[in-house]
Amino acid sequence: MAKGSVGTDLGSAVSRPHPALPCWRGRAGWAIVAAPYLWLLGFFLVPFLIVLKISLSETAIAQPPYVPVLDFTAGFRGVKDFVAGLSFANYFTIAGDYLYMFSYLKSLKVAAVSTAMLLLCGVPLAYAMARAPRAAQPLLVTLVVLPFWTSFLIRVYAWINILQRDGLLNQAMVWLGLIDQPTTWLATDTAVYIGLVYSYLPFMVLPLYASFERLDESLLEAAADLGCPRWKTFFVITLPLAGRGLGAGALLCFVPIVGEFVVPDLLGGSDATMIGQTLWTEFFANKDWPVASAVAVVLIVLLIAPIAVYQHLQTGEIEGRR
Amino acid sequence: MRRPSFTNLVALALGLAFLYAPIAILVVYSFNASRLVTVWGGWSTRWYVALLEDRAMIDAALASLGIAIASAALATVLGTMAALALTRFRFRGRLPFAAMIYAPLVMPEVITGLSLLLLFVAIDLDRGFFTVIIAHTTLTMCFVTIIVQARLANFDRSLEEAAMDLGCPPGRTFFAITLPLIMPAVIAGFLLAFSLSLDDLVIASFTTGPGATTLPIRIYSEVRLGVKPEINAVCTIFIAVVGAAVIAASLIERSRARELVPCSPPDA
Repeated sequence: MAKGSVGTDLGSAVSRPHPALPCWRGRAGWAIVAAPYLWLLGFFLVPFLIVLKISLSETAIAQPPYVPVLDFTAGFRGVKDFVAGLSFANYFTIAGDYLYMFSYLKSLKVAAVSTAMLLLCGVPLAYAMARAPRAAQPLLVTLVVLPFWTSFLIRVYAWINILQRDGLLNQAMVWLGLIDQPTTWLATDTAVYIGLVYSYLPFMVLPLYASFERLDESLLEAAADLGCPRWKTFFVITLPLAGRGLGAGALLCFVPIVGEFVVPDLLGGSDATMIGQTLWTEFFANKDWPVASAVAVVLIVLLIAPIAVYQHLQTGEIEGRR
Repeated sequence: MRRPSFTNLVALALGLAFLYAPIAILVVYSFNASRLVTVWGGWSTRWYVALLEDRAMIDAALASLGIAIASAALATVLGTMAALALTRFRFRGRLPFAAMIYAPLVMPEVITGLSLLLLFVAIDLDRGFFTVIIAHTTLTMCFVTIIVQARLANFDRSLEEAAMDLGCPPGRTFFAITLPLIMPAVIAGFLLAFSLSLDDLVIASFTTGPGATTLPIRIYSEVRLGVKPEINAVCTIFIAVVGAAVIAASLIERSRARELVPCSPPDA
């Protein structure tokens, strides 16, 4: 593959590689491209097509629990029966039931609000890291990344300890005299927002730090020499130049939060569930695979635009680094 | 210019406090003698002792470790190949390939989990240990690719070219020149893949089967019933192990990076 296409490359709109090194063109070179490619096709792309197909199927009490099943042994007839058996019923179910609609809207709202909160927390932190003395920066990066390496589940669980009714937050607030009576934190949207901001902060800070850090300092010095106040320099020069990192960080948080399951499940209430929980319940509790698949397909459709923008920013990032 | 200003110091202090306080509280309370998780009853290691007798928890931890090692190894090989493919090759279908590398990074886990499960059902593969390994490899190889690719894009290509000009065959050039130079990134990628696999609840829940309960699945089922001191202890051990590994890795990477490529900036 690599051999034949050196001259007639169509796909190099993504970061343009150096022309292949002469000797990598043989069989070994082909295998290096093919192995990860085939793996991703088989275990990432094909599964999506199956989800799409099952979302057009109906629930059945059978193994697998849906009909129709594509039967290749029946030849063309099997394919025809299969196509005739497909229906959009599950999508009508989703569109007709306001529970699903509410769930999607709630997820988008929660993701938008928490991404805004993450930007508000992440920008000052990332900026401070980038302005710290050079020698201290690797340490700071490690410190910010370290919690991200320790289990997501554990970090969410840690907040249950703090937020529960007789937990430390209520104890501290009563002791400080901010409230007379312990308030309910757990099982509220506030708890979900705290959990989300906490869990996703490193995802926001790292891309932001990378763009702040690369900023040409002479620009800031020039602004200072010309008498521009520091806060204004920040808004007029620093933020616009960090636009790519800002966008990448925001999307890196927004997209997964829309489908988030662990945080709302452990910290949120049971009244208004997010779409990740709805999908989970549909699959594990109701055992309705076709509807769960349809929920997933609609979610992917909702997220395609932000994912495409993220990929665009990301490939541009790599291009810029060269 | 590089004097830290007051606002920046405050931002750093608040940010780091926010990141570390909940973990610190969890660790401290795992040594609490009281069964009531919110009342401090003095220091004790009784919950750690209790853990030693929790067979189900130990089995889950062992299963998780096995899955994490196997999938991280596989993901490191595949991810490094993918990074080479993206930085060193031109081939048809680069664009979809790059898209498939970046998509899993942001794809909600419930979707990845569901779609893989439906694949395993469709091809009639028994769910268990191996299906979780496949699922985790698929997710984590993309993270490895990103890390290794950054390194490959940054380093001095003239070393590779010199070796080849002197007649070194490509395979040997890779193992003698390229691999040692990107080794810190490969190690970092392996560790990231390992910790992501060890940590994953959602994808594992979808793709696991009887006999392959991982540690997060086990912890999750306990946590749903409320906070327990034993769980605090499990989490503390988990944090200690991962924390030690990460600190060791970053020290190795820094010293290796310094010794191998003195002029290149350390990866952020």
